[in-house]
Parts: sequence; C-alpha cells; structure tokens
Amino acid sequence: MTPVWEIAALSLKVSLWAVACSLPVGIACAWVLARCRFPGKILLDGLVHLPLVTPPVVVGYLLLIVLGRNGWLGRLFHDWFGVTFTFTWKGAAVAAAVMAFPLMVRAIRLGIESVDRRLEEAARTLGATPARALFTVTLPLAAPGLLSGALLAFARCLGEFGATITFVSNVPGQTRTLPLAIYTLLQTPEGETAAAWLAGVSLALAIAALAASELAARAVRRRLN
Amino acid sequence: MLKIDARKKLAEFEWRGRLEIRPGLTALFGQSGAGKTSLVNMVAGLLTPDEGEIAIGGTCVFSSRKDVNLSPERRPVGVVFQDGRLFPHLSVGGNLRYGRPRGSRSAPTLEEVIELLELEALLGRRPMSLSGGEQQRVAIGRALLTAPDVLLLDEPLSGLDGERRGEVLGFLERLKRDSDRIIVYVTHRMEEVVRLADRLVLIDRGEVRSSGGLQDLLGRPELQAVIGQRTAGALLRCRIEQIDDGDGLSRLSCSGHTILLPRLDLKSGSEGVPPAPRAGRPRSQDADIVLQVRAGDVSLSLEPPRRSSVLNVMEGTVERVVQEDGALADVVVNVGQTLWARVTRRSVRELGLSPGVAVYATIKAASLYSAD
Repeated sequence: MTPVWEIAALSLKVSLWAVACSLPVGIACAWVLARCRFPGKILLDGLVHLPLVTPPVVVGYLLLIVLGRNGWLGRLFHDWFGVTFTFTWKGAAVAAAVMAFPLMVRAIRLGIESVDRRLEEAARTLGATPARALFTVTLPLAAPGLLSGALLAFARCLGEFGATITFVSNVPGQTRTLPLAIYTLLQTPEGETAAAWLAGVSLALAIAALAASELAARAVRRRLN
Repeated sequence: MLKIDARKKLAEFEWRGRLEIRPGLTALFGQSGAGKTSLVNMVAGLLTPDEGEIAIGGTCVFSSRKDVNLSPERRPVGVVFQDGRLFPHLSVGGNLRYGRPRGSRSAPTLEEVIELLELEALLGRRPMSLSGGEQQRVAIGRALLTAPDVLLLDEPLSGLDGERRGEVLGFLERLKRDSDRIIVYVTHRMEEVVRLADRLVLIDRGEVRSSGGLQDLLGRPELQAVIGQRTAGALLRCRIEQIDDGDGLSRLSCSGHTILLPRLDLKSGSEGVPPAPRAGRPRSQDADIVLQVRAGDVSLSLEPPRRSSVLNVMEGTVERVVQEDGALADVVVNVGQTLWARVTRRSVRELGLSPGVAVYATIKAASLYSAD
C-alpha cells in the first residue's frame, strides 16, 4: 500500500488543480447567471446544476464517453495538446471539477448578486468599461462569495468518489485519492486500521479547509469594512 | 449646451421632456416621482430612451434616428448620486483616482480637487467611516476629476441633515462660481434652488412645465402646483443695509422698501452657512442677496396696518388675481418687484382686490427666516 502522505498529497494535487482550472469558468458562469438576461438562461442554469442532481456514476460515464481515449473531445486533447485523461490524475481532476462546479457557481453567484449594481453604474459614469467595472468593483466586492465558492468546491473535490472511479478507475499513485484508497482498504482483509488512518487524514483536511475559509473570510470582511 | 429631446416609457408615465440647458447651474425642480432621476440617467447613459436625441455640446450621445447610443463611459458626463455610491473597498484616495478624464476640458489635478473640497484629511480613510457630508464631498470630487462637460447632481443633499447640508452647499457654491461648465442640479427643496440656481426647470410627470430665470418663474402662481403649495413664493432681490440694528435684526432695502429679518449669518469665511434659510447670492451686481418670500407668508390689506407685530410693510399695486376652484386665490402684487400673496377668495371679494388696486403687503420678519 502507498504511504499515507502520498495519497493525501495526490488528493490535494487533484483538488487544487480542479479548483484552479474551473474557477475562471465558474466566475464567468456565475457572472452571466447573476447579471445577464437572455433567452435560454434557464438552460444554462440547468446545465450548471446537472452534476448536483445526476448520479455521480452517470457523470463519470458521460465523461468517459466525451473525454475518454475514443471520445471526440478526449481525442482532440490527446492529438493537439498531448493530454490524456484516462487513468491519469488529470482525469481525476476533471471529474472532481465537474462534480464540484455547481457548488462553486452557486456561491460565487450569490456573492456577485450581493454587490450593489448601482456601484457598477457609478463606475461606468466614471469612465470604466464594463470589463474594468467587473474587475475593479464587482469582483473585489464579491470576494467573500468567490472565496467560499472556491473552498466549498475544494472540499467537494477532496471527497469526490463516484465519477472518479467510473471515469479514471482506481490506479494507485494516479487516481487513487483518499476516498478511493479508503474504499480499497475496506475491500481488503485487515485493511481496516489503515482505512481508519486515512479517514482521520480526510477529516483533518476538511477541518483545515474550513478553518482556512473562516480565517480568509474574516480577513476579507475586515478589508471591506 | 445640453440638448434633450427624448421619450421614454416609465412605470407610471411617459417621459417626453424637451429642454436645452446652458452653462451655469440649472436646477431641475419637481416633486418626487416627477421623472427627474430618469432624466439624469438618460443623460448619463444609464437609461436608454425609447426615441429622441440627446446632445452635449456638438456631440450627439444618443439618437434613435441615427442609431447612436454612447455607453456611459464614453459620455462627457459626471454624476453625483443621491447616495454617494463611493466604492466601499477603496480608500477616499482610491475613490478619487478611480475615474478617467474624458470631457473636452482639461482635468483638474488631484491636488486642486483635494484643496477645493478640503479632502486632505480624509484621503486614507474608508468611505464607511465618513459622515454623509464628507461622503458627498468625496463623490463630488470623484466626479470632477473625470473633467465632465456636464455635471449631474441628483439630489446630492437629500440624505443629509441640516448642518451637513449647509456644509456641502458651501462647496457647491464655490464649485459653481469657479467653473463655466453645465451643472444640472436635481432637487425638490426650494432653499437649494434659491441658494444655487441660475436657471430653473420645472418638471412634472415627465414633462417640462416651464423653464427660465429664477425670479421670473418663482413669481408665477400658475406654477405652484409643480413647485408645491407650501414652498411656492416670489424672489426678492435686496441690498444689505445693516447686519444688526441692535435688536438682532438685519435691515435690507428692496426697491425702495425696507425689509427686516432675523440677523443674517454672514460670518466671513464660513461659506457653508447660508445667510438665511431661503436666501442665496445673486448672480448680478445690482443686489447683495436674493430672498424667497413664500406666498403663504404674505398678507394684504387696503390700509397700512397700525400697532401690529408685523415689521415689514410694502406698498404696491395688484397686478393680477389668479382664482382657483378652492377657497384660495393668488394675488400678484407689484412692489417694484413681483411679490405673490396667497389669500382666501373671501378676502379677494371683500377687499375688492383686482388689477390696479393699491394694497399694503405685510410679511412677518420671523417667516423670512424659517426653512422649508
């Protein structure tokens, strides 16, 4: 069995990459949902929320179809960028990101909606383009929402199981993150002690993430008031 | 010149005002819900008219015919909002530096604006920690630094108490004296109009009811529905004869008449304090002060009152009588300038008030010194 710290490190790596790469997309989606009005908005809203209501195994299966070695997008990534998702930690990050996406967008959207639009109008009358108003007024003021969105997503990524095991299987050192490792140990005789250790590590990571989020939120609030 | 000719369907009525605003300070006066803020938003580009045209100087900023609609950041317009709208995450200095100059005139330097509005001590502070008056001063400075050709002030004093209002009024007065830009000042308070405005535009339910010089418009009873019954009244231009006559009264002369009122507050250097609640500084040299006399504070008699507490008696002739449906009537009296009295129709009948009749207009000194 791989050492505990290696499994934890893999989990952290997968989760951090998942959040880092999906954050810009999440912010864009949240902004569109919070501030724009267009026909078909309800469809986008539904699409964003789909992973929340779909069985994770189904999401993993869909990812396999689209991003697998023979999937149209998977082949494209492989041929153009040399990136393979199947059986690699990158695939695990994709699965985690997709599953955490609805939570992330919801929190960021709430953050953006809480920003007074009249401040954005004021910025426009002061000569700011919509993009400048977004980056200098809306997003800084929505920082608490951004932060909680990112941390919620991170915690969700750490716990991701179903979509990951379906999409990229259970490869030690590549896709065997903490939940998968615990599951594997519970399937093996006499693995229970090790499983308990890993469960403890999971719990510790979750508590650390919560504490970090609380501290960061406090710092942001202090800056805003 | 700011030209507006636009239509816009609003929740309660359709805005269809047409007006031209010259350099100087023009007050947009009307009751709340008259469509003043909608007009400001249309000029600033925050509200798109259904059709029409808006031009600033020679530049067309909106035209439904030519399919022009400049976005707010491309219009040479600065706005000071009713609620300040300072950015809470930036310091006062950060707020001031946020804007980008874009008018045709050269931008004032940060130092000039800081000096004009006395912002030095506030620079490092957060908007949340400022008083309402300080916030509005910062908002004014922030707008000025974008060097707008048109400065729109949307009820900038409405959230402030009396003292703070006086403080900001002083800065506005200084600002308008120092510049020849177009300033549009939205308000529903007559004292601010009297104090600041060169010209007046009366707005009622999305329409321009009248526009012109202050003294001309305020002497017209027909417009009182727009101005408001309690605040309507004529404007008198006066010379100051004596600040304190020993009884705590100031003595003014007005077209040969003497007017007494509680001591004017002309403390040197304290521009923040108005000389009297409904007084302003005149725009020309032939007077020291303009004073609004509310029509309801003027009474008329055919003989000079004797042994009365009323200090101000002005002899004049009735110019016209405007009868209304109710119990009241408005009498315009020429006392050298136009004065306007609001009396009952019974008094009009019993005194036989009609054009040409000689009357004595009396005004309590105390009433000249009460705020809106």
